[in-house]
Amino acid sequence: MSGFAALVARDLRLVWRRPGDVAVVLAFFIVATTLFPLGIGPEANVLARIAAGVLWCAALFAALLSLDRLFAADFEDGTLDLLLLAPWPLELAALAKCGAHWIVTGLPLAALAPVLGVAFGLEPEVLLALAATLLVGTPTLSLIGGLAAALTLGARKSGALLALLALPLCVPTLIFGAGAVEALATGGDFGAHLAVLAALALVALATTPWAIAAALRQAGE
Amino acid sequence: MATSLLDVSDLACRRGGRKVFERLSFGLAAGELLALVGRNGSGKTTLLRALALLVRPDAGAIRWQGAEVRDEPEAWRGRLAWLGHLEGLKGDLSVAENLRMAERLRGDPSPDVGRVDAALAAFDLQTLADRPVRTLSAGQRRRSALARVMLADVPLWLLDEPLNALDAPAQAAFRAALGKHLAAGGLAIAATHADLGVPCRTLDLGIAAPQRAPA
Repeated sequence: MSGFAALVARDLRLVWRRPGDVAVVLAFFIVATTLFPLGIGPEANVLARIAAGVLWCAALFAALLSLDRLFAADFEDGTLDLLLLAPWPLELAALAKCGAHWIVTGLPLAALAPVLGVAFGLEPEVLLALAATLLVGTPTLSLIGGLAAALTLGARKSGALLALLALPLCVPTLIFGAGAVEALATGGDFGAHLAVLAALALVALATTPWAIAAALRQAGE
Repeated sequence: MATSLLDVSDLACRRGGRKVFERLSFGLAAGELLALVGRNGSGKTTLLRALALLVRPDAGAIRWQGAEVRDEPEAWRGRLAWLGHLEGLKGDLSVAENLRMAERLRGDPSPDVGRVDAALAAFDLQTLADRPVRTLSAGQRRRSALARVMLADVPLWLLDEPLNALDAPAQAAFRAALGKHLAAGGLAIAATHADLGVPCRTLDLGIAAPQRAPA
């Protein structure tokens, strides 16, 4: 377990040394979401109706934006070999990398979303619900995105390929994430949607580390 | 001759459909250094990667003290220190941070300060210890990577062109560190074009493997 903690700490420290990488992702999230109220116009009903979908899609794109460097940086400087050669399971290393990614993107995105939701005229309870769905849903994005990043490692145009691989797999999370907020606004069952979202995260947690590890071993050959 | 700790028998590897080497057998006892020589493309790096289980061999066995290493890959990886053609250092971390981090990633939660300092001193890196690795020259990076290998304190070193980019004093430091490792009963396998300057056995992988394996 100490190797796992060390890897999370290392990745967080590397982000701390280069905060610009994360700042770009968050700035993209802010700019992309604020474009919608500007483009659609100040019709409160329409904006409140599309807010959850827009914020969720923008969060998904923002998370993907930062993923193509997740394993590529380690691949290029040779530290991926050290992870492959560490005397503990590579599956744990995959989980540590995705966990660190979630801490530096998923968490800030979930914290920023309610602030941006104000621009869409959302009620306070809906803003909180939005943050809750992102908090539960973004780990799935980091894990699935991590798998896509590992599979596209070493490929040319890996960024575009990564998005093409990861986006379809993120559809269920997107549907239930935006659907949960929608359900709260229309009197549906918010809890049930959130539970499905959590279940999706658990499925990703239970499957993707093995797939990522296999993809990384393949890339190491 | 002492009994060998590491036994490789009938090892064969293919890369991209072509045979790199086959029926490769050798043994290595405590304190022995094996120099892998051969032309570019003769499979030196592939052999090192196969020994580290980074590349899956097509046939043959790699045994450590008689036990096939692929049966317990994690225990085997715990006995290896690796120096590839890439240094395996993070550019945004300092030299000392990189060394400590490499040890933590090997599973030692709090690397001993004295050992880290000794590894830094062995390669004359004390004055560079707090510099980010991205600001270092190629030779300084290579020395940092060698210090990482030395710090690992494991029985087997796998080194790919360890003398690359090293100047004369750094080569001497490397020879001293390698000599100490071997004297303590360690093993080392190094792919090299230059004379390592330490008594060693040599395995010649020959010229580049043919483009197509004979049918």
